[in-house]
Amino acid sequence: MKVEQISIFIENKSGRLAEVTGVLGENGINIRALSLADTSDFGILRLIVDDSKKALKVLKEQQFTVSITHVIGVAVSDTPGGLTTILRILDNNNVNVEYMYAFVERSGDNAVIIFRFDDVDEAITALTDNGIKILPSQRITSI
Amino acid sequence: MNVPVNIWNREAECLPREELCQLQLKRLQQTLTLVADKVPCYQAKFKESGFLPSDLKSLEDLKNLPFTTKEDLRVNYPYGMFAVPMREVVRIHSSSGTTGKPTVVGYTKDDINTWTELVARFMTAAGVGAEDIVHIAFGYGLFTGAFGLHYGSEAIGASVIPISGGNTDKQLMIMQDYRSSALVCTPSYGLTLADRMEKQGIDPKSLALRVGLFGAEPWSEQMRVELEQRLGIIATDNYGLSEIMGPGVAGECFFKQGMHFAEDHFLAEIIDPDSGEVLPEGSVGELVITSLTKQAFPMIRYRTRDITRLNYDTCECGRTLARMEKTRGRTDDMLIIKGVNVFPTQIEEVLFQIEGCEPHYQLIVDRQNNMDSLEIQVEVNEHIFFDEMKQQRQFVVQAEKRLATVLGVSAKVKLVEPSSITRHEGKAVRVIDRRQQS
Repeated sequence: MKVEQISIFIENKSGRLAEVTGVLGENGINIRALSLADTSDFGILRLIVDDSKKALKVLKEQQFTVSITHVIGVAVSDTPGGLTTILRILDNNNVNVEYMYAFVERSGDNAVIIFRFDDVDEAITALTDNGIKILPSQRITSI
Repeated sequence: MNVPVNIWNREAECLPREELCQLQLKRLQQTLTLVADKVPCYQAKFKESGFLPSDLKSLEDLKNLPFTTKEDLRVNYPYGMFAVPMREVVRIHSSSGTTGKPTVVGYTKDDINTWTELVARFMTAAGVGAEDIVHIAFGYGLFTGAFGLHYGSEAIGASVIPISGGNTDKQLMIMQDYRSSALVCTPSYGLTLADRMEKQGIDPKSLALRVGLFGAEPWSEQMRVELEQRLGIIATDNYGLSEIMGPGVAGECFFKQGMHFAEDHFLAEIIDPDSGEVLPEGSVGELVITSLTKQAFPMIRYRTRDITRLNYDTCECGRTLARMEKTRGRTDDMLIIKGVNVFPTQIEEVLFQIEGCEPHYQLIVDRQNNMDSLEIQVEVNEHIFFDEMKQQRQFVVQAEKRLATVLGVSAKVKLVEPSSITRHEGKAVRVIDRRQQS
């Protein structure tokens, strides 16, 4: 159920993002979802790719500072108020969201939300107990 | 410690203080007579201060003589301060000359023998013996480091691998295959080797390495801990400068309680760098050295610019020679930021205390709107990279807070990507001061 997400440290300099995506592209790694958190000096780029082990290896070879974290993906109906239902469940169960990002699936009516929790297992229990389906890792990396 | 204390020259290194002082006085008088006779620069200095070598009755009288500075060496470039004709000089070395012209130094056959003896002393003190394989990763050339350690190693009968600097992968291959047991390099290169070993998955325990002799740049106690842990060695410090002789002026024994200063060949004074006054025993100040036995290139009261302290108590190892603390920085490396004295080594210590942070850093000093600013660029690595922005920012804030406490001046910490700070395989570029240009 957990999805491997790759995080990369990048300096806030022009062209750095392109260097990361370039390395991945040259190695035939496809980016499924991404988010960037930044400050004026540096940013943390988070990616979900189709082959995280390989991505980790090739990025390290290119001297990038990389880490792997586990996130989960949840399908939310692509209608007004869809996200609120999930956030309420998390709030009622005192589950803390570290960060999240979303994208819409190519086909179908669902949006996919990627969540990073400080306690992933607790979050999974809270969501499944309330009838929310967690997407299998396979489903996300092959979007 | 179960390691036996070996002393290369017991008579000289364990000489009672009173006898040592007598020897120093005799040798100082000989040196002053030599330079007064042979070196025009000293003739002029003595004349100006109304001093005659025969006026020197005690070691304390030395304070009446003027200092010699790097500027004197530049003015007399290249051979103006040699005290012997060139036919007696068997070797020329030169400083790196990072600022202006390099300085040129010469050695007679006897000078080379003294140098060899003094290096053999500190290598023995560090625990190196005839059975060791000494891996010398200093650059061979005009720089004194490599040749000094090379001769010292041969004198004690160790096997020397003169690998020289650079080509880290090859260094590691040779270290593995040739079973190097003693490593000689700069402390920052020692860390470069440790980094590369980690990257290649080489376990330090699989190597024969057991002792490191680090020198040629100032380094902190925290750096010692890291070198010892990551390379699986005892890391010792040694001190020297080409103007005086090169490595061998002082070096640590394996008790690591300060570097034994070769007082029978060099006289040390600690002065206030601003007033030039000699400071009382035990004070921290600038080290001033007078050579006592050198023939080709004697130095009288040479200002080293290194800040340190001397301890005259007898060491656990039995040596009576004074021990010199690790240099705390150089008077010319010292940065004055918003009126506060800051040494790069202080910053290094703070960065080390924050867990996992390696010393790949650079200080950028600038002046904006007539206000000094200090930025410390720190290369990020896996130990200090967090996926969450909150934690990442917390790291920066914590580092800034600790630095402000230790330095007494605020500093901005900027995280940069790995390998983005310029470094040579030898010395690291630690400080960029942009204030002079504005």
